[in-house]
Parts: sequence; structure tokens; C-alpha cells
Amino acid sequence: MTGRVLEGIRAVEFGQFYVGPYTSEALAYFGAEVIKVESIRRPDPTRWFGSTGGPDPKIIILTDPNKSVGFNELNLNKLSVNLDLTKPKAVELAKKIAEVSDVIVENNRPGVLDRLGLSYEAIREVKPDIIYLSASCRGSTGPERNYAGFAPIFGSLGGLSEITGYADGPPAPPIGGRTDIVCGTANAFSIITALIHREMTGKGQYIDNSDSEVISCLVWDTIMDYNLNGRIQTRRGNKDDIFAPHDCYRCKGEDDWISIAISNDEEWRAFAGAIGNPDWAKEERFQDAYLRKKNEEELDRLISQWTISHTKYEVMDILQKAGVAAVHSFSSKDFFSDPHLKERGAFTEVEHPVIGRLTVMNPPWKLSATPAEIVRHAPLFGEHNNYVFGELLGMSQEEIKALMDEQVIY
Amino acid sequence: MGKKALEGTKVLEYASFVSGPYCSKLLADLGAEVIKIERPGVGDKARERGPFPEDLPHPEKSGLFLYLNTSKKGITLDPKSTTGKKMFLELVKWADILIEDKPPKEMEGLGFTYEELKEVNQQLIMTSITPYGETGPYRDYKAYHLNICHVGGLGYLMPPNSPSLEREPLKAGGHSVDCACGVNAALATVSALYSRGVTGEGQSIDVSKQESLMNLVRVYAVAYANDKVNPNRGPIMGTAAAMGGLKKCKDGYIIATLAERPHWARFFKLIGKPEWDEDERFKDTLAIADHYNEIDPYISEWMMSRTRYEIYHQGQELGCPIAPVRSIDEVVNDPQLKGRDFFVEVDHPEAGKTVFPRGPYVFSETPWQGNPAPLLGQHNEEIYCQKLGYTKEDMVRLRESGII
Repeated sequence: MTGRVLEGIRAVEFGQFYVGPYTSEALAYFGAEVIKVESIRRPDPTRWFGSTGGPDPKIIILTDPNKSVGFNELNLNKLSVNLDLTKPKAVELAKKIAEVSDVIVENNRPGVLDRLGLSYEAIREVKPDIIYLSASCRGSTGPERNYAGFAPIFGSLGGLSEITGYADGPPAPPIGGRTDIVCGTANAFSIITALIHREMTGKGQYIDNSDSEVISCLVWDTIMDYNLNGRIQTRRGNKDDIFAPHDCYRCKGEDDWISIAISNDEEWRAFAGAIGNPDWAKEERFQDAYLRKKNEEELDRLISQWTISHTKYEVMDILQKAGVAAVHSFSSKDFFSDPHLKERGAFTEVEHPVIGRLTVMNPPWKLSATPAEIVRHAPLFGEHNNYVFGELLGMSQEEIKALMDEQVIY
Repeated sequence: MGKKALEGTKVLEYASFVSGPYCSKLLADLGAEVIKIERPGVGDKARERGPFPEDLPHPEKSGLFLYLNTSKKGITLDPKSTTGKKMFLELVKWADILIEDKPPKEMEGLGFTYEELKEVNQQLIMTSITPYGETGPYRDYKAYHLNICHVGGLGYLMPPNSPSLEREPLKAGGHSVDCACGVNAALATVSALYSRGVTGEGQSIDVSKQESLMNLVRVYAVAYANDKVNPNRGPIMGTAAAMGGLKKCKDGYIIATLAERPHWARFFKLIGKPEWDEDERFKDTLAIADHYNEIDPYISEWMMSRTRYEIYHQGQELGCPIAPVRSIDEVVNDPQLKGRDFFVEVDHPEAGKTVFPRGPYVFSETPWQGNPAPLLGQHNEEIYCQKLGYTKEDMVRLRESGII
């Protein structure tokens, strides 16, 4: 078979920032046609975010909605149309698009789309088997349903921030999209299971997802420790409860670090052998897991003395060849030049009409029969008004022009 | 409520610890029939890891195992023996989906590559979850959760706003990243299942944990390639700092994410400075970044005289994206989660009653289920005798020879 899994499936996205956009980007990787609805009154705010990154990262506020590299990374393969949903005519057009679609993805604050007349009930009237997913910080029911939040917020509400960070430092809230994209992944998973159900029964459904619940599910074993033992776990750097060594150690080079985790005596002996069986490694105080954990501080100091005299690639090479789990802490620069990722094709390029050639990350799965693929750059703002309103909805150029003049397609 | 979404889907799990089991748990809780293969006598590695009730290790009472294996059936099998291999292949023939997390070399050694298994089951979907993927120079390298956090690019960014770059980059808490890899694998798996429903064809899916995590930090991952900048865990300054971030308050930490200018208007109102909304110094987020240091002392003082939950509820009532950093016990006692029936009690024959979260999604039509995790080998008889046709006598011999 050629072609992608969701070819023939159409999704409408009323999304912003990360969670909603990644949800439908994943569907678009699998071949769904995703139509992103935005308005000049409020484009996806990610269109305005550039970043300098680096040691002094600043968010740059862009003035051109078509220049954000981050937006490109989160909206690949999609189409973009403009609708000012505060106008009833625009809402009618959005419903017309929904009528010829299979899936709705939205991550507005609960109630926003309802007030605009685009609730699940409203869409179901025009498309009875629609699969409609709402993602929000706390879900669309319950006393805190109206509470707003981005990743650092739902990461903290979900319990992840408290257990991440140095033991002697403040909690480390998640930044940079990692928790958003987990939520988007869970959302896309639930949408595809709903599609499977629709295939079997002909029925669509409403899916109400809460970002902070997705996060709590990722740390549930920690929560169980409280339920079972009343223990309130907190952050412990890179450490493990039982095993040592288990940390990041400095290597030769600038801000280069290697993570080493040893979980049994066999790995310990392999480690000691690989670093040339120094006398300290033979000392009794490091000979079993219990003792290594007990003398962890001293052990870490001794290991650092060895790692600091080697480059991170040397350490990885020496230890992995001996069967020890050691790999360096990858930076963006490391990703760019790493031979393994190159061979696996972790990245690809797209030609963006405004920004130029851009490196993008390939979908994180290799499917042998129905590959997930990047087929185009993120859409320019309103790039597909003509295709969607003209070809898909069958409107004439004059009608489209008139609605643009009325600032409905806007 | 209707039928469960994945009812009728047959899954064979040959995986251990966190990522693979979490992946198939997501399918099991939505109604798939999951048969989990464990090593005879020993079982899944998670059985050895806590939390245990009263910290007493017991293979049937690991909180980690009980959580990651709800709604599954459990059998024991050693596929390394000739008979064990034959039985494994019979199960592959039965399954729609095989989820496995073994090192690529081990599967090759057992004769369990996708090509070989496809001979047995033409329509098989096989999801392989490995640290670095099935190909490439690192494919045989080892990794634990700590290593995945670092090789996936997250560690290098953590903790944000680090007090010193002389300190080590950090992993994420708990098993969160391994679980996230499981979610990522589950998404690809259901996409292949959907495809199979349409075309009748199976396929293999190669999921690298490294790439799964890189995907989560993808905006950073491509920063060097596109902008020649190399983000790290350095100080957060300028606009990024002015977007809020972590603040100490009377009883812990508060996090605010004031991403857009209207959030600031609400925030100014919250902290009793509504007039700042009209102030030229704060006319947009860039201006706020430039002048943030002037108001930081006031904000800090304001925070320090209030508790997390005062700030949370007052702020959110005003529409301000702000929240407490919560400890684990507060998650369990959250009225919002209770209000959404997030907690379900599961009664396990050995471990007793335990509270789990229902799945991280609420479907209007297709229900979620949470049945207790299997005891080691609990379903041997049901699977081997009823499904595969072995006799009770066979079972005795198979058990004694260590095959099951």
C-alpha cells in the first residue's frame, strides 16, 4: 500500500499555541487534511513568537505572521483559512467546513466555542458523526473548568514540576513544549481510537481532555507512593531511589555532560573494566548496589575525575561498548551533527516561501506500510482561503471577494 | 455509553517496565484484549520496583506494576526454548498487534523480526519501542530513563533558569519520559490499526525513545540547524522572564505564564496595580520585558504575603494563567479532579484496593475500563488451554520445564 493512513480524513482546527496545533499536526503527518482556522483579529499567537535561544534566550515578537520558525515546526502539512468568528456569517462558513469534515480539534478556554455557536451540539447538527475534541488546562467540566493554563501551569498542577529539579533547588516547571506535545499526542491517540470506533459503529463523539490530567497520568507511580505509604516525593536531581551511579558527569569540552546509569553489579563490573579497573573501583564500599548508593557522593566525585579527561563521545563509546548505559546530554547542536540521527533521518528540510529553507523534525515513528510524512511547510496566514472556500465549499470568486470585503473571511 | 472503542482488538505484549507496558495499557483500558507475556518465575521488571505498600517488596504489590498493567491478562512464557518459541508464534498468529521493547539483536536472535513474524501472521502490526530505534549506529546501545531524558534533548534544557551552568543538566521527574514514549508509541499503533481496518494490511512500527522525546522538544531541537543558536538551561531573561515564571510565595511556589498582553492586564489587577495597565512602560509585552525589573520587587513582595491557593483562585477568577506548584498529595485531593471523576478504585486480589486515574481522556460514547493488573501467570490456563488448546497435563510439563 502507498499513501498515508488518514488520507481522506479532514480535520478542522480551532487551535492556538502548542496543544491544539500539535494534536492536528500529528493527524496531518498521517495524511489527514487539516484546515486551521484563524483570524486577523487573532492569529495563532505562536505566529508572533521568534526566539533567540542561546544562553540568554529572549522571545522576539515578530511583526510578520509568516516568519516564525516555531510556528512552522508545530503546523506542518496544514492548510490555513481566515474567518472572523465573531461574525455570524463566519460561523456559518465554519459550520460548512465542519459539514465536510470528520474531526474538530480545539483548545480554547471551555465555553469560548460554545458562545460562538460552534459547540459540539451545534456541529453535530450539521455533521452527525463528527469527532469533536476539546483540550483545555483542566477539562470542560468541574469547578475549575474555566481556569486557564499553559504548559508550565498544567505541568505544575499535574504534579510534574514538584518532582523535577535539583534536590536543593526550586521546582523545575516544564518549558519548551514538551508537556504540551505529550498532551497533543494523547489527544491525537484518542481521536484515532474514536475514528476506529466510528468505522465500526458509524458514530462520532465528543472527547473532553484535560492537559493536567494527561500529566498526572505520567507521574502516577509517584502519586501511588503517597496513596500507599503517605510519602510525598519531591525532586532529587538525576538520582535514583536505589541505584548508583545515576547522574550526569562533566566531560572534557564546554558544557558537555554524560549521563551514566548502572542498575546491577554486572554493569558495575563492566563499567570498572571499561575505565581500566582503577584501585578505587575495587574498594569494598562500591561493591554492591546498596553500598554504591550509600557512598554515592564519593562515587560521583571519582567518576567525574575520569569523565572530565574524556570527550563525551569517547565516554559514550567506551562505556556502551562495555554494555553500560551511558550517553551524553544532547543539545540542539549535537542533534544537528549526530551520525546516528543522520542515518535515521530524524530531520528533514522544507522550503518555506517566506523564511527559506528550514530544518524540521521528522515524525517520531517509522511505519513500514503507511509512512507518516512531512509534505509541506506550515501554511502562510490565510494561504488556503481560495482552495477551501472556492474548491471545497464551491463558492465563486466574487462571493469570496465580497466576504473578504465584509471582513468575514478575515 | 456504547461499546468500548478498541473492543475486539487483540494485543500481545512482550515488554517490561514502563514504556511498552504503558503503551499497551492505553489500549487495554479502552477495551483491547491485551495478553502480557512475562518471564516465568520472575515477571516484569516493574514488579521489583516500588512503591510497595509499607515499603515491603512483593512481586504482586508493586504500585508501578499495578498501575502500568491494568486491564491486561498475564501469562508466563520463555520463548527461548523450542516449545516456548512455538507457543509465542501461536500467540502472534492470534494477535492483531504485537507490542515489544526488546533490544533489536535479541528479537533477531529469537527469529522474531517483523519479516519472520509476518510469515506467521500476514496482517500483524508490530510496534517496537527501543531506546535509539531499530537502525543506526546506536541501535544496540543501552539506555535507562535517565539516559533517555538526556539523549532526547530535554536534560540539556533543564532546569530552566539554572542557578549555574556549572551544574549538571537534569532528567524529568519520576518515569514521566518513559510514559510519554509509551503514549507516542500508542498513537502510531492505533494509526496502523485504523489503516489495517481499511486495507487489511499490517506493518511494522519503529519507535525510538530518543526521537519520541526530541519530538516533544522539537522547537528547541531545530534551533541550531535554523538559527545557529544552541539553547541550554541558562538564565531566562528579557521577554521570557517577563512572561512570568516561577515565584516564591508564602507557602511555596507560584507559576505564571503571561504569554499575551491581556494576561498582564488581569495580572496587574490581581496584584492591586490596575493602573499599570495604562502605564506607557507596560504598553506591550516587549515594553514589559524592558521594565520588568522595576516591578519585580513589588511583585515578589506581593506574592510572599499570600498563599499559593489564594493567588491561584483569585488570579484564575480574573482570567490570569497562574497556578500553584503542587505537591503530590495535593493532586490526590484536588476538588477539580474529584469533580471530574478522575479517580477510580481498583480492587486487586493481592494488593487490595488502590486508586488509579481513569484514562487521560473523557469520551462521550466509548467507556474507559480499569480492571486489576494480572498476577504473575494468572491467565496461563485460560490462554494456553482455552485459546491455544493445550491440555492440563501439557500445562504441568510446561510449568516444570520452566517454559511457562
